[in-house]
Order: sequence, then structure tokens, then C-alpha cells
Amino acid sequence: MSMFDGLKFRNVSSPIHRIDPRAKFIYVCVLFVISVLFSQIIPLLTIFLIQIPLIIAAKVRREWLRLIRGSSFFAIIIFIMNIISLYFYGGQQQSLESIIEYSLAMTLRFIVLVESFSIFFLTTSPDMLGLSLEQMGVPYEFCFAFTTAIRFVPVLAEEAQTIIDAQRARGLELEKGNFMKRIRNYIPVLVPLIVNAIRRSLEMAEAMESRAWGASKKRTNIYTLKMHRGDYAFILISMVMLAVSIYARLFIKIPSIIQILQD
Amino acid sequence: MIEVEDVYFTYPNGVEALKGISLKIEDGEFVAIMGQNGAGKTTLVKHFNGLLKPTRGRVLIDGVDTRHVSVAMLSRKVGFVFQNPDHQLFSETVEDEVSFALKNFGFPEKVILERVEWALNLLDLKEYQKTSPFMLSGGERKRVALASVLAWDPKILILDEPTIGQDSYQKERLRQFIIQMNQQGKTVIIVTHDIEFVAECEPRVILMANGRIIADGEAKQVLTDTELINKSSLVLPEITQVFVRLNDFGFPRNVISVYEAKRLILEKLFGGIGR
Repeated sequence: MSMFDGLKFRNVSSPIHRIDPRAKFIYVCVLFVISVLFSQIIPLLTIFLIQIPLIIAAKVRREWLRLIRGSSFFAIIIFIMNIISLYFYGGQQQSLESIIEYSLAMTLRFIVLVESFSIFFLTTSPDMLGLSLEQMGVPYEFCFAFTTAIRFVPVLAEEAQTIIDAQRARGLELEKGNFMKRIRNYIPVLVPLIVNAIRRSLEMAEAMESRAWGASKKRTNIYTLKMHRGDYAFILISMVMLAVSIYARLFIKIPSIIQILQD
Repeated sequence: MIEVEDVYFTYPNGVEALKGISLKIEDGEFVAIMGQNGAGKTTLVKHFNGLLKPTRGRVLIDGVDTRHVSVAMLSRKVGFVFQNPDHQLFSETVEDEVSFALKNFGFPEKVILERVEWALNLLDLKEYQKTSPFMLSGGERKRVALASVLAWDPKILILDEPTIGQDSYQKERLRQFIIQMNQQGKTVIIVTHDIEFVAECEPRVILMANGRIIADGEAKQVLTDTELINKSSLVLPEITQVFVRLNDFGFPRNVISVYEAKRLILEKLFGGIGR
């Protein structure tokens, strides 16, 4: 579970937390595009390093490090898969060095994506996220479903742990048996978890209706999001980053690490 | 026998739930562990079947350190009934639910049939044998959960908040049931806030506050100690509250049994003639 702490909102006060969620969303999209644009190590490493000051400014270093550590497992898988597929199915005779470099770049791309998503989720409260969706014109029902889903993740995780304890107390051994048996071992955990989730959602629907949910067509909010100068600046920086990247992608020949080493 | 030796426990999120617990529970004892929310009661009993392992110190079940054996091994001896039956019911029929643990422990088919039959009869659930546990009422589901643990006949029985959501008739049945189990030689440990229920059972009472044991003794002593009870955010049993106020008239303060109270009052009024 500790890995997912890196994607859970951390309520601390920092300049990054105060940036408008919409601006941060644009930033995440820009980073997504940039990391897909490039497949060389140097640009990917650059945007990886550029984001580190943001993480320090947001005071979420510990959670972020934990997420990176947790995702290293997937990173290794991506690295190995890339090497295997390029080595055996790559077609033209590529040198081993270039295969490794390309695989490293792909792994780095994954880490950059995880990094930017975690900045977004660590510093944006689900409420603010819902609010910004609403102000972008998404119907309230969908915004509500979205924020509720996010909010219930920790509740479900805790409940799953209790259920696992209760079944272990009845002699269930999750780690026992072959692959298929292990999957079947989870049935006694999943059934109560799903049944309780459904039951809870029905109860919640009743509770919401008894508090007049959806009574008026036009909802107003206590808070309205307003873009400040800093938010516009943040969007501008993101846009400049995007423009520079597209320019670099189209007109600059990016050297690979091997070429640099050979010179 | 359960031996807890200077146990400290800290949850992964940094909360220190137990701060130096030492205690010994002999075979065949009946113990109630009481205290406010977050006092560490459930954390403590989760150490008894190895669901949690101490951060420091050790827990011995019949001389075996819980750190060296699996939860499944310990559960053979220590049956743990969780507070909310909805956290464990998953089978299609009540019968399957009760046999789940027996299959896990590897009992032979014939024995499983006998044990299920026995447990269902014991808890008055025979008529629901083929019913889905999800169709039953809250109290019935709680009984199915209890039956599913009793079926393998554990030596030590732990009940976490057994009285929550039960009506007074079910509570009385539960009380008789617990006493019956205890008389058959089982160690019974209940974790509860329900002081009236404990007063009626008169077990050994262990009072916890902030991860420490603050009192351990006979129900009659612990439950009538105003200071201790306040310290653990509980309220004196109703009959004790009456006798604390009657103290000026020469009544003793430490009364928790309604029958004893009746006898004392009649003695005072009629000089011991009435009964």
C-alpha cells in the first residue's frame, strides 16, 4: 500500500499546492506530450531533473521517493521487456549498446510520467479536482462520482486489510499453493469486499437523498476557483516548455549518449 | 496459557498502540478487556493469534512464541471472532461458511460434516443450513460468524465486541453461551465497551488506556472503582451508580450484581427477614 501513498493527496501548505488545479492539469498534459515526443536519454533526463525542484517546493519528497521506489519494479520490467523485444525482434542489426540506451530511455519515460502524475495528485485535493472539473463544464453527477471514488480508496484499503485478517484467523493462507490456487485464495477476501462496497454505496445513496441531493438543478459552490497571475505564469512556462520541446524535436539533432562517449 | 511479556507495538504509520503490556491468562479463564476507543484492546488481542507481531517483547501461546509460527497454526488453538460478520461471510450457504475454516485446517470430510452439524445446532442455525448468509439478519449473521469459528473447537476463544448491535434477548443468550463455553474449560476473552454486559458476566477485567493496562482484577473491584472507570471513558454500571449514592445509608459501594443489590436492600429494609 505504501507505494500508493505517492499518489494520495498530502495536505501541506506549499506554493505548488496553491496552484490552480487546471493549471497543474495543463502542466501534466504538457509533460505527457514531451515525454512521448522524445525517445533519447538526454531530453528525458532533463525533464526528470527539472521537476525535482517542484517536488522539493511542494514538500512531498518522502512520499515521492517512496512512489519511485515502489514503481522501480515496473521500471525494471519495462527495461527488460524492451531489451528482449529489441534484441530478438528488432530486425536490423543494432548494436547492444544502442539497444540498452533505448531501453533505458523508455524506462526513464515511464519514470517521468509517474513523477509528473505524482506531483499532480500529491498536491491537488480531490475536492479541488472535482471543483475544477465542474467549472470546466463537466456535469456535477460525474464530478461527484469522481471525487467520491478517489475519497473511498483509503477506506476500501483499510477494509480489505480487516477482511484479510478475519479470513487469516479462519486459517486462510493467501500465499499457499500454485498460481491458480493463489488466485482462488482471494475469493474469500474479494466477496465480502465487493458486497460491502455495494451495500455502502446503496446506504450512501439513501443518505444523500435524505439530504436532498439533486433537489435543485442549479448548484452553487462555496468556493469558486479563480486563476491568479501565478497560475497564468505556470501555464505560460508549461507552454514554453512544450514549444521548446517541439522545436527541439523537429530541428535539433539530439545526440545519443554513445555518440558523446565516442567523440 | 497466554503470556504477554513487555510488548510494544507500533503500526507502520507510526502510531504506538501498545506501550509495554505484560499479562498472563491461564487456561480456562474468562477475561474481559475494556477501555475507550483507541486504547489498544483490539491491537492487543490481534497479538494472541499472531495477526500482529510485537515490535518489542514477546507473546507466548502455550509456550510458543507467536513470531515463530503462522497465523493458521495459531488459529487452530486461538479462535478469533471479528466484530463485523460482514468482514468474513462470503460463501453461498451457511453450511459452506462454517466448513470453510475446517477445510483450511485440513479436517477429513467426515469430521467436517459432524462439526458443521454440531456448530449449527449449538447456535440454533440448523434451519438456515442451506440459506445464503447474506439473506440473514444482523444478529443471525453474527451467530454464523461465531459458529464458523467454534466449529474447529479452539481452546481459546476471542470475541471482539460481541454485543454490538444485539438486542437484549440475544445478549442474554450470548452471555449464557459464553459462560457455558467457559465452564467446558475454554479460555474466553471478550473485548468490549459494554459495561452492563461485563457486570452481568463477572469475569476478570483488564482495563486499558493509551496502550497500557491500568487495572487488572475481579469485575467487582475494577468496575466499581469510580476513578479508574472515568479514566477509561466508561460509565459505572447502573446498579453501581445507585449504590454509590446509597453509600451514605451504609450500603457498600462495590455492587455490580442486581441480585446481590436486591438482597442487600431487602436485608436493610426488613432486617434480613425478606428474601
